[in-house]
Amino acid sequence: MSKSKSAYSIPGKIGKMDTHIIVVWVDNEAGVLARVVGLFSGRGYNIESLAVAEVDQKRNLSRITIVTTGTPQVIEQIKLQLKKLVPVHKVADFKREDKNVIFKEMALLKIVGNSSKANKALKACKKFNAVILDKTKKSLVIQVTALRRDIDKLSKNLKSYGLVSASRTGAVAMTRGSDTFK
Amino acid sequence: MSKLYSGAEIVFKCLEDQNVNVIFGYPGGAVLPIYDELKNFSSIKHFLVRHEQGAGHAAEGYARSSGKPGVALVTSGPGATNIVTALTDAYMDSVPIVCISGQVPTHLIGTDAFQECDTTGITRPCTKHNWLVKDVKDLAKVIHRAFEVATTGRPGPVLIDIPKDIQFQKTTYNKYKKQKKLNGKVQNHFKQPEIDKLVELMNNSSKPIFYTGGGVINSGPKASDLLRELVSATGFPITSTLQGLGAFPADDNQFIGMLGMHGTYEANNAMHDCDLMINVGARFDDRITGKLDEFSPKSKKVHIDIDPSSINKNVKVDLPIVGDVSDVLSSTLKMIKKTKPNFTKSNKQKISKWWEKIAEWRSINSLNYENSTETIKPQYAVQRLYELTKDKDTYITTEVGQHQMWAAQHYKFNKPNRWMTSGGLGTMGYGLPAAVGVQVAHPNKLVIDIAGEASVLMTMQEMSTAVQYSLPIKIFILNNEYMGMVRQWQELLHDKNYSESYTAALPDFVKLAEAYGCVGIRATTPEELDDKIIEMLNTDRPVIFDCRVDKVENCFPMIPSGKPHNEMLLGPNDQKEKKITGKGKTLV
Repeated sequence: MSKSKSAYSIPGKIGKMDTHIIVVWVDNEAGVLARVVGLFSGRGYNIESLAVAEVDQKRNLSRITIVTTGTPQVIEQIKLQLKKLVPVHKVADFKREDKNVIFKEMALLKIVGNSSKANKALKACKKFNAVILDKTKKSLVIQVTALRRDIDKLSKNLKSYGLVSASRTGAVAMTRGSDTFK
Repeated sequence: MSKLYSGAEIVFKCLEDQNVNVIFGYPGGAVLPIYDELKNFSSIKHFLVRHEQGAGHAAEGYARSSGKPGVALVTSGPGATNIVTALTDAYMDSVPIVCISGQVPTHLIGTDAFQECDTTGITRPCTKHNWLVKDVKDLAKVIHRAFEVATTGRPGPVLIDIPKDIQFQKTTYNKYKKQKKLNGKVQNHFKQPEIDKLVELMNNSSKPIFYTGGGVINSGPKASDLLRELVSATGFPITSTLQGLGAFPADDNQFIGMLGMHGTYEANNAMHDCDLMINVGARFDDRITGKLDEFSPKSKKVHIDIDPSSINKNVKVDLPIVGDVSDVLSSTLKMIKKTKPNFTKSNKQKISKWWEKIAEWRSINSLNYENSTETIKPQYAVQRLYELTKDKDTYITTEVGQHQMWAAQHYKFNKPNRWMTSGGLGTMGYGLPAAVGVQVAHPNKLVIDIAGEASVLMTMQEMSTAVQYSLPIKIFILNNEYMGMVRQWQELLHDKNYSESYTAALPDFVKLAEAYGCVGIRATTPEELDDKIIEMLNTDRPVIFDCRVDKVENCFPMIPSGKPHNEMLLGPNDQKEKKITGKGKTLV
């Protein structure tokens, strides 16, 4: 049998997959999130997490932060395709390993159990800027801010201390120092 | 206080200011206010199609043959969904289309109202941008912006969804002044060092090739002129994609034919063996590249494109130049004239071996076919059509399939904007409505749709449009009773299991023509073909030409599935040794 392959480009060697954080500044108008997300789903790109909110009311700007994985070629395409969208102003791209960028995610965790369990839970959260938002005799709502993998680990730990519900945001990013992304 | 205009009036005011004088459309409940205003704007002529897809393709044909944006007007719901195919087609082939759709009144949006659909949602992935106008004060701004988006950068379709209540509401209108400075999405940021590098690469190359595409056509007639100048100044061979045909004269000796899946032997082999590939406004489509990891392995690749996202998308290139083709070509020419005035002379020697090699490939005569005295061979039909129309300034549209490839191979184009075909999306049924649009743009020119009988039946209803407006389009059907390209693939890949590719009950096309009120002509033998074609050309009315051709002819040469450029099938006797097996079957 000859080694014949499809006339459609066949998946060649898949390059190294990297995790990138893509930040997109967009006009805060109807449907803009659908355009950005639709571009990802339509072209088969990944979205690991997503955070979006208006950041400048006066100029009507929103900032969308997307965590994605892909080969360098795919990441490049993502950026170029995003830049083609009419409501997109600028696109920044950070590698997750980038030391000059701060990444944070937030989680709200509900613990149900007696005070001893609650204390153990609190202790486990200590490293992650834990804030108690609500406390009753039988329950606790804790806010933590940390990296994704830390929160993953934490929620696993907290299972045995009575974690019944977790609500998490996508990652947001900010560069260190006085410079901003132009 | 300044005068107040209704939303519907503003639509036409904007169209007037954008110098639109033709729209293709179909009325319906949600666009009635706009249709009501039509009578007050005499400079704008409306062409009533028979299906909204026809409006879209007609607008495409208009745009591609004239260089101006095409405008379509459709109603909400089914009107909008019917035009989605045409919008996607325009998106794939970079055709500037402005589609205006009606929408249910704003207070009914989201209630599943009669003829409501999420038009902006549905068309989001198949337009450059779309707008739902929720405030009449935004309407004029949005329409003008829509034209700007459609026509700048890499052109493409846009859609404006206007709820019915907005069409009634009133506001002021300020005359539109075209801004000189265009929006930030226009990419023309190439730098002189890139041009210097290009000239240097050209100077050092001994096996160069120009690979040109639709971007040259889209850049305007000037780009084609510059391309001709550059190609002749360099002495390099040039090949073109399906969409780029006509940018460079096909009868020039430097033109080595179309490349790609059904391109010529010499073009594909030259692409494979070259040491410098200069891509001008093409996008390394998979019909062009064949097997990607064996695509032109020894070459340095230059890619000139206005769309930065086309660069490195499929093929990694060595020198990307992001810019408008005519600007890049003109800078390159200037540079050559300035620094290498004797380029042609010094270069001739260097690439003479390369030309010898190309001549060798050429001598195989890959477009050759076995002619017959009994049946009309489809290639022969296209050749005769070309010979009998080449002295006229002819515009050709096509449907999609074997006939399309034969038209591309055997009809020789010498000018840009004369060849309208659905390449990216491959839309069967494109050619007839596109011909309507072309004829509207060029009322006194000869417009022929080279069609297949299966494709043309998909939008046959538009003959009625052609008759209504006395558009003398010629529908030249290569009728083999099969979906020929499907049949060809089934023969090659599926052991001749011709599953559902034969149309057992076709209409009598001559009678059909008469039913539509136009002229039907049939040719069944090679002897009568010329006379019948001449009869068609002498008819000043729309014609359906039923050209009965060989039923089992296949389209060659061909890069079989999963093969690189240098492993082409040249003809029916060639396929036994190079049978496609295994993974190759998973292609189209």
